[in-house]
Amino acid sequence: MSDQTPGAPAPLSAIGRHKALERLWGTAPGWGALSAVNHSTVGLRFIITSFVFFLIGGVLAMLIRAQLAGPETDFLDAAAYAQVFTMHGTVMMFLFAIPAIEGLALYMLPKLLGARDLAFPRLSAFGYWCYLFGGSILILAMLGGVAPDSGWFMYTPLSSKPYSPGINSDVWLIGVTFVEVSAVCAAVEFMTTVLKIRTGGMALHRMPIMVWYLWVTAAMMLFGFPPLILGSVLLELERAFDWPFFDPTRGGSPLLWQHLFWLFGHPEVYIIFLPGAGIISTILPVFTGQKLVGYAWIIVALIALGFISFGIWAHHMFATGIPHLSLAFFSAASTLVVIPTAVQIFAWLATLLSGRPRITLSMLYFYGFLSTFVIGGLTGVMVAVVPFDWQAHDTHFIVAHLHYVLMGGFVFPVLAGIYYWLPHFTGRKHLEGLGRTAFALIMIGFNAAFLPMHLTGLWGMPRRVFTYGGEMGWDLLNLISSVAGFILAIGFALVVVDVVQVARFGRRSRRNPWGASTLEWGMPTPPPAYNIGSQPHVTSRDPLEDDPGLPAALARGEGYLGQPRNGWRETLSVHMLSGEPDQVVLLPGPTLMPLWTALATGLFFVSFLFKLYPLSAIAFVLIVICGWRWMWASGLREDVAPVDIGRGQTAPLHAMAADPPTLWGMVFTLMANGVFFGALVFGYLFLWVVAPNWPPPALLAREPVTPLLVLAGLATGLAAVWRGARANGESRAADSQTWLLVSAAAGAVIAGGALAVPLFTAPAPNSHAYAAAVTFISGYLAFHGLIAAILSAYAWARSRNGWISAQRAVEFSALRLWWLYLGATGLISLALLHGPAWMS
Amino acid sequence: MAPAGEAAQAIATLWWVMLAGSVVIFLGVVGASLLPLVLRRWSAPSARAMLIGGGLVFPGVVLLALLVAALLVGDRLSPRGEPGVLRIEAEARQWAWTFQYPDLPGQAATEGVLHVPVGRPFEVQVTSRDVIHSFWAPRLGGKIDAIPGHTNVIRLQADAPGIYRGQCAEFCGNAHAMMDFVVQAHSPADYAAWRAAQGATE
Repeated sequence: MSDQTPGAPAPLSAIGRHKALERLWGTAPGWGALSAVNHSTVGLRFIITSFVFFLIGGVLAMLIRAQLAGPETDFLDAAAYAQVFTMHGTVMMFLFAIPAIEGLALYMLPKLLGARDLAFPRLSAFGYWCYLFGGSILILAMLGGVAPDSGWFMYTPLSSKPYSPGINSDVWLIGVTFVEVSAVCAAVEFMTTVLKIRTGGMALHRMPIMVWYLWVTAAMMLFGFPPLILGSVLLELERAFDWPFFDPTRGGSPLLWQHLFWLFGHPEVYIIFLPGAGIISTILPVFTGQKLVGYAWIIVALIALGFISFGIWAHHMFATGIPHLSLAFFSAASTLVVIPTAVQIFAWLATLLSGRPRITLSMLYFYGFLSTFVIGGLTGVMVAVVPFDWQAHDTHFIVAHLHYVLMGGFVFPVLAGIYYWLPHFTGRKHLEGLGRTAFALIMIGFNAAFLPMHLTGLWGMPRRVFTYGGEMGWDLLNLISSVAGFILAIGFALVVVDVVQVARFGRRSRRNPWGASTLEWGMPTPPPAYNIGSQPHVTSRDPLEDDPGLPAALARGEGYLGQPRNGWRETLSVHMLSGEPDQVVLLPGPTLMPLWTALATGLFFVSFLFKLYPLSAIAFVLIVICGWRWMWASGLREDVAPVDIGRGQTAPLHAMAADPPTLWGMVFTLMANGVFFGALVFGYLFLWVVAPNWPPPALLAREPVTPLLVLAGLATGLAAVWRGARANGESRAADSQTWLLVSAAAGAVIAGGALAVPLFTAPAPNSHAYAAAVTFISGYLAFHGLIAAILSAYAWARSRNGWISAQRAVEFSALRLWWLYLGATGLISLALLHGPAWMS
Repeated sequence: MAPAGEAAQAIATLWWVMLAGSVVIFLGVVGASLLPLVLRRWSAPSARAMLIGGGLVFPGVVLLALLVAALLVGDRLSPRGEPGVLRIEAEARQWAWTFQYPDLPGQAATEGVLHVPVGRPFEVQVTSRDVIHSFWAPRLGGKIDAIPGHTNVIRLQADAPGIYRGQCAEFCGNAHAMMDFVVQAHSPADYAAWRAAQGATE
């Protein structure tokens, strides 16, 4: 294959290409590690950090089991126990499960897609720092004895100021929100990457099944996290400034918190389960020598699961007195979710039954997964049945159920995945002896700990009690659970020992030891920083099976982008449906910018935690400066003709393309933002419906000035951005810059007009939940007007400095999206802010 | 377990049926997954049949049946607004229960003990003075949350005289584990005597 255009430098040898690419994509050692943005590096950091948190969560679990081993133990007192069980749930959910998934996806996605990195490498690094800092806040608070203690779902009013006066709840709200920033970043990045950053020929129907799982997971994260972030912000405002969103005596409702929490919390269960199921769907074909049965069925099932999971949050609230008809709806939807799960289970069974299973460690964990998860699923159906849930809710039956689902549906598949990809992570092959002992201990320990717990719950033991009386008859079951819990812990410790010793001392593995057919095995292991010497053109779902010589051919540079040039980090971007190459993305190299931005973000959160609000304002300015410099660093200052991409094809650079990944990043960011706003509107309407006398007529006043100001700002700004974009398209740079200044001014007017509402016209936000809601919505609008002004000013500065031309205009595309979003949310906000007064 | 009232009985029956069904399904799925390890040669059923039969039809039918049963049972346990049903107001606080009897004179109230007659449905109207609690007497039936600013109703019945333990089921702070109460179910004669002692004139 000769794809060199005339005049191009002579092709490199495989070794020469490796060295050149390694220079381009590598990260400097030592302190340089802080600047790493490479997805393999950041992904492994996520995975390892999440396992450290898993071990911390495990120690907390052992404290719980030690306390409950017998009746009336005084190992922990009630206050310490409350911190321990709250932190166990919080650490396992927010600091282990979700980040482990993010780490796996960060590491795997580009490799599965035949790409060299993710769409936004700096965002990966930023997400990691946010995760590390946010998680550290929680752990440090725990070491200081001020960990959150209201349970991992933080029900108000228990978590509100009057009943939790200490800093404990603030630690949860701020630490977890900080970590969620990283989850939303990851979701935006994964959505964009799967849509755009694939190798040539990888149409949607040729994507590995794992990619589909991760993509649906990312979509669910994008829609699931914003409601919780909103809830956390509202609760923190209530705690810090006495804005009574959840206080029933002042027009709020404690149930609002539960709705916002479970709007996130239920999809969360599937966010955790889907990647586990993806691992199962990936390894099962490899170890049975049989193609996955029902690829299309599974994809439809996944998407259905994603949708249904957002319709069933209230099944955590069956005992809160919601009307019987809604109960019936949520109960039906909750049982409906079984069907897509059953489709997957039967697809796996059909694959298994038509193949010849090889019993490796990964397959043992598959069997562990299947038996455990089926039990968890069946008890899940039971608690979806409302009358039964009234009995089982908030007892140890639920504790047992959720551990069967999460350990079965997530931890065991992840262990299967670890042993499957261990040769990939480390380049070394493991022996199975120690791993099998650990597997046996884990299975025995787990089932002996949690199976009896179903019965403990049915015999009346509520969850979250730190002690119980000897006369209750719960001693024996609890003792069994505790002893088995320690067996389980020993099993996990053995896994850690096993993995560490393989990584240190294992024998070198040959490439693709399992005979898999997906692209992540088409590269040397451990993978080089650039993943592959050149990117393949794929024609099926199983490229390594179609052409066993593919890895060598790619190393010889016979695919796309095999010729390093200009010091560019290049990866291919494709048309999202057909997978035909449509642009070359130039990715940023190592930089400290993500770390600085995360530190500024951390300063913002920590200053809030310690109530140093002037410092929060400074931190906000720092974040804006970091963001400005971050964006400034990429792009081109002159138009560049389409470049050679190998295989006789050319493609434009992404800065010259119509839909660069940046634009998709903006689309998905705004979608997440829209969900946040939607949850806000839901909260407003919810309080209107459930709280009596809402809004209080005494607080309503007709006031025409500020809404007219905001309307004028919106109309001017939108018109100016459109006029500016048109002028830019016609290469009238000076005109377009003038319009950009007009739109920046319009953004400032919107911010000013929106801020005037709480400053001058609205009643004090601590007087009533309606006043608090009005203030919050005004603040949301003002914030988005301010960002619109900053983005317009940014585009103006870019244009002035020659970064924008008629062809290089992503700043304008992104700005138009932001202004459209501002227009839509602005109108809705005005209706919410001023509608009640004018309707009354 | 050990149900002592109509509601608890219905839930217990539901549980035993679901447990039996679950055991059968569990054995079926896990058994099927082990077949290729046990049988050396055999012909697998068609994948399509498995996906349609196992993935759609079987769960569809079972779940529909279960939903209908659940709705029927749930309806029997919900308050129906019957006239003349005995009503009691329960107020939770950190960390105790107060029960008020609106049909008794003078705001009669008891702390930590709920007095009811046997064999007659009663509705407990549950609310809270501070944080969220949950009213639960396991042997009589399900639970209902006590939420400040809201009043929830649960319909229960005790079939035999005696003392039934109850407790808070929603984590509500440090003494959550100690926040218990009892339901004292009186025989008709005892109940009349208790009412008389509270000053009722009938």
